[in-house]
Amino acid sequence: MLAVEVSHITKSFADKVAVDDLSFSVAQGEMFGLIGPNGAGKTTTIRIMMDIFEPDSGEVTILGEKLNEATKNRLGYLPEERGLYKKLKVIDSIVYLASLKGVDRQSATARANELLNQTGMLASKNKKIEELSRGMGQIIQFIVTIIHDPQLLILDEPFSGLDPVNTELLKGMLADLRNQGKAVILSTHQMNQVEELCDRILMINNGQNILYGDLSEIKARYRGNSVLVDVDGELGEVAGVTGKRTHRGYTELMLDDKTSPQQVLAHLISRGMVINHFEVATPSLNEIFLKEVG
Amino acid sequence: MNKTRLIFRHEFLHAIKRKGFIILTLIVPVLALIGIGVFQLVSTDEPPVVETVTIGYVDEAGGFDQYTTQGYIELVRFDTPGDATAALINGDVAEYFVIPSDYLSIGVINRYTLERQLETPPVISTAIKNFLTSNILADKVPPETIYRIEAPLDLVTTRLTETGEVATEQGGYGNVIIPFIFGLLLALSLQASTVYLVQGLGDEKESRLIEVLLSSVSPRQLLTGKVLGLGAAGLVQVVVWLASLPLLLNLASSTIGGFFITIQLPANFLVLGIVYFILGYSLFAALSAGVGAISPSVREGQQLSMIYAMLVYVPLWFASFLFIFPDSPIWSVLTIFPVTAPIAVMLRLGVTGIAAWELAASLAVLVLSIILVMFLAIRAFRVYLLMYGKRPAWGEIIRNLRSG
Repeated sequence: MLAVEVSHITKSFADKVAVDDLSFSVAQGEMFGLIGPNGAGKTTTIRIMMDIFEPDSGEVTILGEKLNEATKNRLGYLPEERGLYKKLKVIDSIVYLASLKGVDRQSATARANELLNQTGMLASKNKKIEELSRGMGQIIQFIVTIIHDPQLLILDEPFSGLDPVNTELLKGMLADLRNQGKAVILSTHQMNQVEELCDRILMINNGQNILYGDLSEIKARYRGNSVLVDVDGELGEVAGVTGKRTHRGYTELMLDDKTSPQQVLAHLISRGMVINHFEVATPSLNEIFLKEVG
Repeated sequence: MNKTRLIFRHEFLHAIKRKGFIILTLIVPVLALIGIGVFQLVSTDEPPVVETVTIGYVDEAGGFDQYTTQGYIELVRFDTPGDATAALINGDVAEYFVIPSDYLSIGVINRYTLERQLETPPVISTAIKNFLTSNILADKVPPETIYRIEAPLDLVTTRLTETGEVATEQGGYGNVIIPFIFGLLLALSLQASTVYLVQGLGDEKESRLIEVLLSSVSPRQLLTGKVLGLGAAGLVQVVVWLASLPLLLNLASSTIGGFFITIQLPANFLVLGIVYFILGYSLFAALSAGVGAISPSVREGQQLSMIYAMLVYVPLWFASFLFIFPDSPIWSVLTIFPVTAPIAVMLRLGVTGIAAWELAASLAVLVLSIILVMFLAIRAFRVYLLMYGKRPAWGEIIRNLRSG
């Protein structure tokens, strides 16, 4: 059973088409990146999946069925526009929001203590939300999102406002959840995070599908015929190289159609050069993104 | 537990723990207790001592020399206006009047005083009138007749039912006091509930909680739980006030007595009080939900809600007008107009009662308004709940509500 199946959804607001005939699916145990520039339609797509907006056309199934109260209890959603009851204590906020996901008070309290401990926030459990820093508030929101052990997680810009320490903490927890077989949808414009975490991606712009599929396959598709090398001494002339570009710490060699990276490596070794670094150049997701959207 | 019930429980407990709610709930009985206590402190068992006032008169007509004590007013005769003026200046008399020689034919009395007055104080004019009447009739009719002419009637009105029996409710100010106080409290409570609801929705919107909540519950569950939770809190407030009334009245009548003994509750008052609270609250809740949905901030929401929250007081502004013109058509309008209906009905129950058709029309219009406003509020809630920042233009709101 697929965690999410979105089929040909379209949504317009007044004079703007926010989502235009979008289809994709997310499997169980997969970390899926929904990427695109600001205003591309990511949040609208998620709100349609969450049944907050009704699509003009198309269908969405979540965990094998149309979203209902029971499926809502099996998914965790961290919206981009998020917050908590400012006057409420941390533990009361978590337990109340967990109860709305069908978790009884006792289990919610026990699990909240466990997660607060895991995130190093146990000491703040009796503080009011308004006394917390923004980053701490974000961690509490993340705890609220996962406290009911959801099968599917939908996270809209989960790393915004987090410092590097908390970003790493969150990444670690997300990886654990994926390893437990949960499906995770990560919507963001921070390409490096997606590159690091996701298995598959959907890139959208102006509500339309730009790129969709396995991340490594997409990157391979965009791979140019060049290598990155760092050697001791002068590189000199290399057969089949049409151009050189010097970067900090390495040199990029552009190869002609007849030359493969393996031939270049064999050539360098045959010349007895000390090779510190040799890499087949693959464009970063950011470069692919800029190429497609920029 | 059902999710609507969870939201209901959360909102109810959250509302009754608010400082503002506790203060408003307790302040009414506490202020009444303080009032009764202060009255006890300042009042004594002895009747107040009233000083005798001496006023002078000059009798140029002749024959006005009896009945010179009228209540606490003592009349002293002077021979000439000059003597009376001297006594007035010396402070021997508070004022004086002259009965001219042709008084019996013209009826004019000239009064002289050092004080600037808008008109003659009623006690003085009554004392002079009774003094003149008594002297004119002295020796002509028996003293009892003179007394009866001075005080010709003590009007006792009895209200009968249509079957000719004495009605249990006799009307009068004693009948008005409880509905009036209750009307005021009801208005306060409706206004307070409105403030809580608009603030609650605004807070959730400002703290960006709505979307988190909507990932667990439907807009209908959220709205229903909130409205019922805050309504129950408002009902607790009204019940505390109503429950404290008999106790306070008992205490007041045993210490203050008099007027408080005449206080009675109009028939159906308690039932209609609760019914109108529930219906009035439902209407205000639906209006507030709509306002909360389209307003980007708590502040703007509260400014908008003031429009209808102030209308609830309109019948109270016109209350004195009701005592003078109880049958004015304005009252029918205020009884049927849904926003003013709860308070108008409470006030009218105490003063004249309400015709059955008016009550039926009032309830019907109120129920229909609740259904209509609730329908529009849920539409607005769905469309505007996730819109932050600027409030949409009215034209756009109306267009969106039409198209759904």
